[in-house]
Amino acid sequence: MTTDATDPLLWHRLQFAFTIIYHYLFPQLTMGLALLIAIMKGLGLRRGGSGAAWNEAARFWIRIFGLNFAVGVVTGIPMEFQFGTNWARFATYAGGVIGQTLAMEGMFAFFLESSFLAILVWGERRVGRVGHFLASLALFVGAWISGYFIICTNSFMQHPVGHAVGADGRLHLVDFFAFLFNPWAIAAYLHTMLGAVVTGSFVVTAVGALYVLTGRFRDAAERFLRLGVIAGLAASLLVAFPTGDHQAKLVARHQPAALAAMEGRFESGPMAEITVIGQPDVAAKKMDNPIAVPGILSFLAHGAFTAEVHGLDEFPQEDWPDNIELLYYVFHIMVGLGTIFIVLTGVAALLLWRGRLFRSRAALWTLMLAAPFPYIANTAGWMSAELGRQPWLVYGLFRTKDGASPMVHAGSTIFTLIGFCGLYLVIGLAFLFLVGREIAHGPEGRHG
Amino acid sequence: MVELWFGIVALTVTLYVLLDGYDLGAGALHLLVAKSDRERREVLASIGPYWDGNEVWLIATGGLLYVAFPKVLGSALSGFYLAMMLVLWTLILRGLALEFRSHLEAPLWRQAGDVVFGTASAALVVVLGAAIGNLVRGVPIDRDGWFALTLFTDFRTSGEVGILDWYTVLSGLFTLVALSAHGAAYLCHKTSGPVQERARRIGRPLAAAVAALWLAVTLATFKVSPDFLATIPQRPFAWMSALVALGGLLLLNLDLRSGRDGRAFLGSNLFLGGLLAATAAGLFPVLLRSNGDPALSLTAYGSATAASSLRIAFAWWVIAFPLAVLYYVVVARLHRGKVQVPSEGEGY
Repeated sequence: MTTDATDPLLWHRLQFAFTIIYHYLFPQLTMGLALLIAIMKGLGLRRGGSGAAWNEAARFWIRIFGLNFAVGVVTGIPMEFQFGTNWARFATYAGGVIGQTLAMEGMFAFFLESSFLAILVWGERRVGRVGHFLASLALFVGAWISGYFIICTNSFMQHPVGHAVGADGRLHLVDFFAFLFNPWAIAAYLHTMLGAVVTGSFVVTAVGALYVLTGRFRDAAERFLRLGVIAGLAASLLVAFPTGDHQAKLVARHQPAALAAMEGRFESGPMAEITVIGQPDVAAKKMDNPIAVPGILSFLAHGAFTAEVHGLDEFPQEDWPDNIELLYYVFHIMVGLGTIFIVLTGVAALLLWRGRLFRSRAALWTLMLAAPFPYIANTAGWMSAELGRQPWLVYGLFRTKDGASPMVHAGSTIFTLIGFCGLYLVIGLAFLFLVGREIAHGPEGRHG
Repeated sequence: MVELWFGIVALTVTLYVLLDGYDLGAGALHLLVAKSDRERREVLASIGPYWDGNEVWLIATGGLLYVAFPKVLGSALSGFYLAMMLVLWTLILRGLALEFRSHLEAPLWRQAGDVVFGTASAALVVVLGAAIGNLVRGVPIDRDGWFALTLFTDFRTSGEVGILDWYTVLSGLFTLVALSAHGAAYLCHKTSGPVQERARRIGRPLAAAVAALWLAVTLATFKVSPDFLATIPQRPFAWMSALVALGGLLLLNLDLRSGRDGRAFLGSNLFLGGLLAATAAGLFPVLLRSNGDPALSLTAYGSATAASSLRIAFAWWVIAFPLAVLYYVVVARLHRGKVQVPSEGEGY
């Protein structure tokens, strides 16, 4: 990576990274919550008091969802347009392929989502119980289709399939279904969506824990905790195995240099060890202070303890990910947090089953304070994927340094990056303030 | 296929202007037609279920341009870099002002929301008009198909031009008046009581001003871009669209006076739709006009993506488009008739 501040490339990358990381704080909750709200609305179809209580709970979470969705929508618009403003050469090169899924997201998902969110927020009295449940289902479908198109776009950049390079040097789409059902996309989609469910469950759980700890809204709080802990445990398990495991095997097969960097593996060889903790020393091409278990990486990557795992030494340095240290750490943060989530939700589920969760203040405190960590894990996971893809924009085909807009000055990009930082700070404060008020107000009354 | 995609992109832009146009127009008039909090919530409730979906047509325009004419997307968006970023920020502020405003009952919070929403809506409309003005006037495209424009230079339309010059500012002003009239007609149609009365009182002179400014913009176009205007009489679709626009404008003016609000709004839609269709037909096959050598213009043929990509995109577009229309119809049917002001704590 260049350190020259007048080179616009660095600033284009930073701006895209900042705006997408910030943006993804919101959809990960809406996608996870969309599933949980649909479940609540489904339980709300029951007759009697339990059904009514679940509808009340859903109404509360729809209000939180609405605030999240609004910020997700407005911070999502710059993502699409930055392909043109900041990455014009890349747009020209790959538009015929990745433009497909970006346009499909708008046409298939956004219209569905915006229309049915309107019904969910505005139309409960007009459409009735079943209609309102169906609207929540449509919103869930819209949110999850939207996720698929974005993952599919990214997966083409990670593992290009279904394309041809035309005589004009640009990418042509030739096999639509190969592109749409890219094996990488399916694996990454399941992994990412489950990550979003982890975020959604942890947030629902944390609000439930807060209410029990403060002695308010006891009935709703127990519902939040039951649903959140069970969904959280299921998602935490599935995000690691089989989806995370499968994803890692794809990286090993198709991006061996990225895997080597994620694991800090500088030399090739069989019986590859996994470094649980350690610091990559890129200049000396070795790991400092490693705590390693032999054979595990070979097994995780290729299913056999003796398998050969490529090290960075097999690849020319110009094809190495350009920030190995950061890639190594974010990957380990993701894996470490994912493991902690399994333990945490496992213990919480056990306490729930034994009927002791609502009385265990230590567990409730932990669950309440755990809410930010899935956001960190999801962000670290995406940083692993995107840093691992470097130095390519489209893996093996098109380098990042060739993708930026030719006419945009570094000064312009620094200016707009600072502008985004300021604007997003204000948005974040207003958002936290409003969500805080909704949580303080709680699920009862007012909208009944 | 290339012609078809030019048409699809033009149709998407037109739908964006018609649909988001009425909620942007209502936003631009927001502070004028609604004085009390209750009235303002009536305006917001009238567009509440629609505005987000309407804005998706802008996202769809970007997406479809990306897949069909990627070079145009890259060249135009990077060429207008800073202006485009200001548009994005304004879009963000407008959307959040609208969504966040009614979550708090504090009067200052709500007034801040109203002011941001109203001014951001008006600003977006002016910029949208200026953008169309830039397309008609042309931009300094180089041999590789790129350009970069500053926000303004000396406000002349020849030599070293900026995004804003007297012609594009005029175009922005025309669009502000036209979409405000569009929004006024929509508000007359959807609201009642004092808001409707004020919308009608403001709408009538606005509708007349649209006619005057249309004439002014047309005369200005004779001076700035005579060859563009010359193509219109030669192309039947273009001049027939212009006639539809004229008919729509008459309908808007007459029916706003006689109080047939639904028809006035229909007239406004015909006017804007006809105008955009005529512009697209007059520009075809040019997507991004060069203000220097006409050979440097980015045309649909020159910048289209591969034929296989276009065919694939058309196959899914044919499914997606009717679905998008269907969703709109479902929401509109659920909320047909005059808008009810929601009770406090519900909706906007």
